[in-house]
Amino acid sequence: MEEHGKTVIKVGLSTCGIAAGGTKTYEALKAAIKENKLDVVLQKTGCIGMCYQEPIVDVITPDGNLYSYGAVDEETGRRILAEHVKGGTPVQDSLISEERESIVGGQVRISLRNCGIIDPESLEDYRASGGYQALEKALKEMTPEQVIEEVLRSGLRGRGGAGFPTGLKWRFTRMNEGDQKYIICNADEGDPGAFMDRSIIEGDPHAVVEGMMLAGYAIGASMGHIYCRAEYPLAIVRLEKAMQDARNAGLLGKNILGSGFDFELKVKKGAGAFVCGEETALIASLEGERGMPRLKPPFPAEQGLWRKPTSINNVETFANVPWIISNGADKYAAYGTEKSKGTKVFALAGKMNNGGLIEVPMGVTLRDIIFGVGGGVRDNKKFKGVQLGGPSGGCIPESLLDTSVEYESLTRTGAIMGSGGMIVMDETTCMVDMARYFLDFVQNESCGKCVHCRLGTKRMLEILTRITEGKAAPEELDLLEELAYNVKEGALCGLGQTAPNPVLTTLKYFRDEYEAHIHDRCCPAKSCPELLTYTIDMELCNGCRRCAKHCPAEAITGEKKEPHVVDQEKCIKCGNCIDACKFDAIMAE
Amino acid sequence: MATSAKTLEVGAIPYDEIDTIIGNYKGDSSAIIPILQDIQEIIGYVPKDGIAYMAEKLEVSAAKIYGIATFYAQFRLQPVGKHIIMLCEGTACHVNGAKLIAGAITDELAIRGGETTPDGLFTFEKVACIGCCSLSPVMVISGETYAKLTPDATRKIIKEYQEKEAAAQN
Ligand SMILES: Cc1cc2nc3c(=O)[nH]c(=O)nc-3n(C[C@H](O)[C@H](O)[C@H](O)COP(=O)(O)O)c2cc1C
Ligand code: FES
Repeated sequence: MEEHGKTVIKVGLSTCGIAAGGTKTYEALKAAIKENKLDVVLQKTGCIGMCYQEPIVDVITPDGNLYSYGAVDEETGRRILAEHVKGGTPVQDSLISEERESIVGGQVRISLRNCGIIDPESLEDYRASGGYQALEKALKEMTPEQVIEEVLRSGLRGRGGAGFPTGLKWRFTRMNEGDQKYIICNADEGDPGAFMDRSIIEGDPHAVVEGMMLAGYAIGASMGHIYCRAEYPLAIVRLEKAMQDARNAGLLGKNILGSGFDFELKVKKGAGAFVCGEETALIASLEGERGMPRLKPPFPAEQGLWRKPTSINNVETFANVPWIISNGADKYAAYGTEKSKGTKVFALAGKMNNGGLIEVPMGVTLRDIIFGVGGGVRDNKKFKGVQLGGPSGGCIPESLLDTSVEYESLTRTGAIMGSGGMIVMDETTCMVDMARYFLDFVQNESCGKCVHCRLGTKRMLEILTRITEGKAAPEELDLLEELAYNVKEGALCGLGQTAPNPVLTTLKYFRDEYEAHIHDRCCPAKSCPELLTYTIDMELCNGCRRCAKHCPAEAITGEKKEPHVVDQEKCIKCGNCIDACKFDAIMAE
Repeated sequence: MATSAKTLEVGAIPYDEIDTIIGNYKGDSSAIIPILQDIQEIIGYVPKDGIAYMAEKLEVSAAKIYGIATFYAQFRLQPVGKHIIMLCEGTACHVNGAKLIAGAITDELAIRGGETTPDGLFTFEKVACIGCCSLSPVMVISGETYAKLTPDATRKIIKEYQEKEAAAQN
């Protein structure tokens, strides 16, 4: 809770903040505050989205001014207390207030509204920022049908990937007969490179809880399950705490707010299977089975968990709902485009200057995101492509950067909106290797139920591997393409149906790279190790022997203090020598 | 059953704790996944004999439990080392050189993904995205996250663990 008249200090303590050393900063601040008997409030907060600046420390002075500090280690933390909090002079060299204003100020934060601002472990903080008012409004003033109508009118579409209208899904689930109905929150976040769901749960768990309760009220469910990746332990802890606090406050459980509405929630930990993000597989997993998808229909809205009508929605979808109920559908629908309303969170990573999370109105262009808030490509390298939608998505080239982020226009490029993972690639990224990487991923994750996915992706992976090793025959490119279309057509579930997308889009936009691997046995990005030749520059090598010591194949020889040479016959192209050389004397081309 | 009596003698598996776990779920056979998770949490892996014991208690076939345990990547059927090195191989980490980090780990410890060092100190696992993509490449060792890795930094971190262990031995 923000107390007036006191300085408030907030430390970003989500997974990203903690990974960057935030806990140490927090403890140092705590100790120094105690030691100096400072009258300040020290709080944890979630991720504001500028992960590359973590640990972030915000100082809010009694007059309400916000000072943001980036990369705050223990020492800087103590300096902030001494010089700024006590002395009144901000520590200039660590201030990132302006940068924060230009990055955060240019966004429209609806599902991220509280992330990096409130204390995620405090129910009072959430309520003070308007939390649970939507629930109260719905329970006291609205019928379930009116809640559905409002969400429908807002134009909100599922943020888990497929973009199905949320209100419509709720209406179907409400209309289907069933003595018991369920709400499921899909927090499996399978796209390896997306982290918005983790960040929302870690930064604002009550928003997800409230969104689920509103959904439960709307469809007539008294029970909800949250299926969360086991790799997100902190998210699970914060969810459990939020649920317990809500229960203690009479916001979860029986007869909520005296309305007669009962609702309970349970968290279930996933067990590391990508396919369990797919809704029917997720339901099988919740029931304690192997996470195998099944054919639809029947859809979960008809026969879901324990064969009862079930609405399954994504974390970000739920986080939007309380805002929509509180602020009204029109206000939400005022953002975005005709068919894609509202805002979308994107996780920016890869060769990006400002990696992190952002939320923007639908309809802005990829260029705006990557070169605007994203800050462009790191190390002044040349932009090559951006990968959207993870293993189900595709790579978009520079020529299409003016595509606007909307479900339909992104699908037209061959990529998908997906969950919002955006990985930027530069000239040093090999597109064939990217395609191979994703195929390797889905091949590992294929549940094996249908032949197209189990074997088709395996054959595709074999061809891609041969290409990256320079061993593929020219006709294999057509075979790869043919296989890709067959798998797309024939696979049972979304995993297999979309698995060829990374291959098809790179073939479409970066075919010349495939051809260079096959015809010229060369990797234009100089990334595929098998296609590189390692040589030592005679001028730069001073014979320190470090490379020879690190070579596992004993391929490097030479006298001490004399230039060394690589035996191309023995070289296994592991790259250890480049790593080991302190004089940049080894080249791979 | 003769087989379970024999394994009881070995005594490596805390059957009473498994009983408590199963009790926590009231013997519910649809709770196989969380029961396996809890068993792995206390033993570090899911022993084969533990599966047989669970099957008996829950009155389901061992094949079914085995099927579930092998389906989900989280479950390990072999004992693990003292420190688990989880290297992220998610997209962002891949693009930012996770392969080089894997190479450094393999080079330092002479083990590949999925293997454990002979001294039982380290297990090397490759995982998909731990959600710190903007700080990639990332690895987690015994719960501690290490971000923005380079091969050199990785070697140093591993050496620190080795030195700590060596010091503890003396
Ligand atoms: C292979 C596969 C993986 C998926 N992974 C996820 C995921 O990690 N998170 C998610 O919310 N939806 C995922 N989905 C989509 C879900 O099946 C489902 O459409 C979604 O959870 C519905 O929620 P929404 O309507 O709010 O988007 C996946 C789908 C497929 C085919
Ligand atoms: S890709 Fe490695 S943390 Fe996400």
